[in-house]
Amino acid sequence: MTQQPHSTGTTGDSTVLEAEVTTATADTETTAAKEIVGRSPARMAFLRLRRDRASVVALTVALLFVLAAVLSPVLSGIEGWGPATPDLHGIDPDKGNFPIGAFGGISGSHWLGIEPGTGYDVFSRLVYGLRTSLMVALIAALLSTLLGVVVGLASGYFGGKVDAALNWVMNIMLAFPQLLFIIALTPVLTSAFSTNAHGGTSETLQLGSIIVIIALFAWAYTARLVRGQVLSLREREFVDAARIMGAGWKHMLFKQLLPNLWAPILISFALAVPTNIATEAALSYLGVGVVPPNPDLGSMLDAATQYYLYDPTYMVVPGVALLLVVLSLNLLGDGVRDALDPRANRA
Amino acid sequence: MTRYLIRRLLSAFTVIAVVSLVTFLIFFALPSDPAVLACGKACTPDRIAAIHHSLGLDKNIFVQYADYVTGFFAGRTIGDGANAIHCAAPCLGISFHDDSNVWDTIWGRFPADLSLALGAAVVFMVVGVALGLAAAVRKGKLVDKFAVGLALFGISTPIYFSALVLQFFFVDKWQWLPAPNYTPITQDPAGWFQGLILPWAALVLGSMAYYTRLTRSTALDVMGEDYVRTARAKGLSRGKVILKHTLRSAITPIVTIFGMDFGALIGGSAIITETAFGIPGIGQLAVQSVLNVDLPVIMATSLFAATAVVLANVLVDVVYGIIDPRVRYA
Repeated sequence: MTQQPHSTGTTGDSTVLEAEVTTATADTETTAAKEIVGRSPARMAFLRLRRDRASVVALTVALLFVLAAVLSPVLSGIEGWGPATPDLHGIDPDKGNFPIGAFGGISGSHWLGIEPGTGYDVFSRLVYGLRTSLMVALIAALLSTLLGVVVGLASGYFGGKVDAALNWVMNIMLAFPQLLFIIALTPVLTSAFSTNAHGGTSETLQLGSIIVIIALFAWAYTARLVRGQVLSLREREFVDAARIMGAGWKHMLFKQLLPNLWAPILISFALAVPTNIATEAALSYLGVGVVPPNPDLGSMLDAATQYYLYDPTYMVVPGVALLLVVLSLNLLGDGVRDALDPRANRA
Repeated sequence: MTRYLIRRLLSAFTVIAVVSLVTFLIFFALPSDPAVLACGKACTPDRIAAIHHSLGLDKNIFVQYADYVTGFFAGRTIGDGANAIHCAAPCLGISFHDDSNVWDTIWGRFPADLSLALGAAVVFMVVGVALGLAAAVRKGKLVDKFAVGLALFGISTPIYFSALVLQFFFVDKWQWLPAPNYTPITQDPAGWFQGLILPWAALVLGSMAYYTRLTRSTALDVMGEDYVRTARAKGLSRGKVILKHTLRSAITPIVTIFGMDFGALIGGSAIITETAFGIPGIGQLAVQSVLNVDLPVIMATSLFAATAVVLANVLVDVVYGIIDPRVRYA
């Protein structure tokens, strides 16, 4: 395996992962030989994941958040407040429009309090904001993984000039200061998309450009990881065998190589989701992502910087929610990695 | 070695050139017209054309880029007639927003960047590696669980949230520290230190995790190697084996990500930390310039950041040869 002088942590991981796929297969063979049950590597990984307590907790928490996001209209309907209907009786105009009552106005009708200044319901904005965050993060992760896998496969398998060119592009993408470029490009792309008759920006277009930009700056990591894997896989006997039997490049890439790569791809996808959630929230915090009155966790925290001294609840609620989402998804991603890589952490 | 260095620097230069061209094309060619924004609501086509002309935006885009590059190496005069401003080499243009010289603005903000980067980087590197090493040595014990948990927590906490929480307790509630700000070290070293403690802390909490995790996993790998067992068997003390054999082998990947992190930090990537604490560094400048659609400043901050990252990469490759004798420059 030709290692670049600046191999990052991820490429380091990939060598371990490669070994783990083999062990997983070997395990299955021994089990089958003892005539107990034939378990597929995927099934074994799932069983390992289920046995890990931290992963189960993380999975539960993450699922709760996903559920809250998907059911946001239902939940806010049950609570009785929409994300953009101000409760003007809940805030006190004589005291700078801060919510009436302790803990940011938490009560039976406002489960997580009221937003200072606007009088919006925090719970409702939180679940709607989660919906946006999770949607953006998932679609961006899918896009970047897809692009990364295709480029990585091509670069690793074809080698030579194709590899040199694609690798050059990857290196340039990785050299870009990412957050800076994402911040700088988002308004540019949004305005490029929305030069329509109204001159305004629709929410869909804006979310679309955020997704595209996040994916644009993330695919190179996956591509590099996949490329490294392909470089070592293509020296293996089964690849030679397929080639001798006259397989075309499409068959080689998608029927021979890709099935052996699902573990690293799944791991990089699982870890991309929480990263994307954090990026999306950071953009909104900095004022270039989702803009109020559209609900978003990042812009809630941005608003909280004005009020946090007098209404710390309004800072804690979106902050802890964001922390919990990202933490549970990270923990789950780690769990998936350990499940797919039985040797790691047990050496 | 010299030939290798020259080749690396040349390739670094190409990357920077490509980054600058792409950045230029994106920001100047896409339809977020700075003239429309500068002109405001009551705007006539004549007025837009006049602004275009004074900003040089009516020329061919590649001519504009050529002007930009020439200006960097030889200086240039921007605008014409009474409004002309001379911009001496190295010229990165004149801000659309307040007509200031962009190069001077960037260098004026660099000390704040450097202070934040240096202080934080030293702490997160040293503490992160130490924690990772301790976790690897006492694998499965309390230290390990603490280190792994802290790392996970650090990775998952958004900096703008930890910044708020830190400020809430240390500045407002307990009043142990003054409000975070930046005072030049030449002016008041004590003020410089006190004002930067919380920004450093937030940045360390967020970045240290990568070092802890990486050190832990590489150290665990290395500790399974035969030569580590041999070193113990021939009678070396545990501490010596850890420091001289384990750490020595584990340090290469750490140096890699440290170089990239530090380059990025110096280049102004501590955007969120700077914004959250109001530190007037290059990252904060970048955000402001985006919100003002101040293209020359966006362009310059992007270019500055890319240059810092690329040069840090070259430096890392050179350092490899010093710390790892197995590396051959070919």
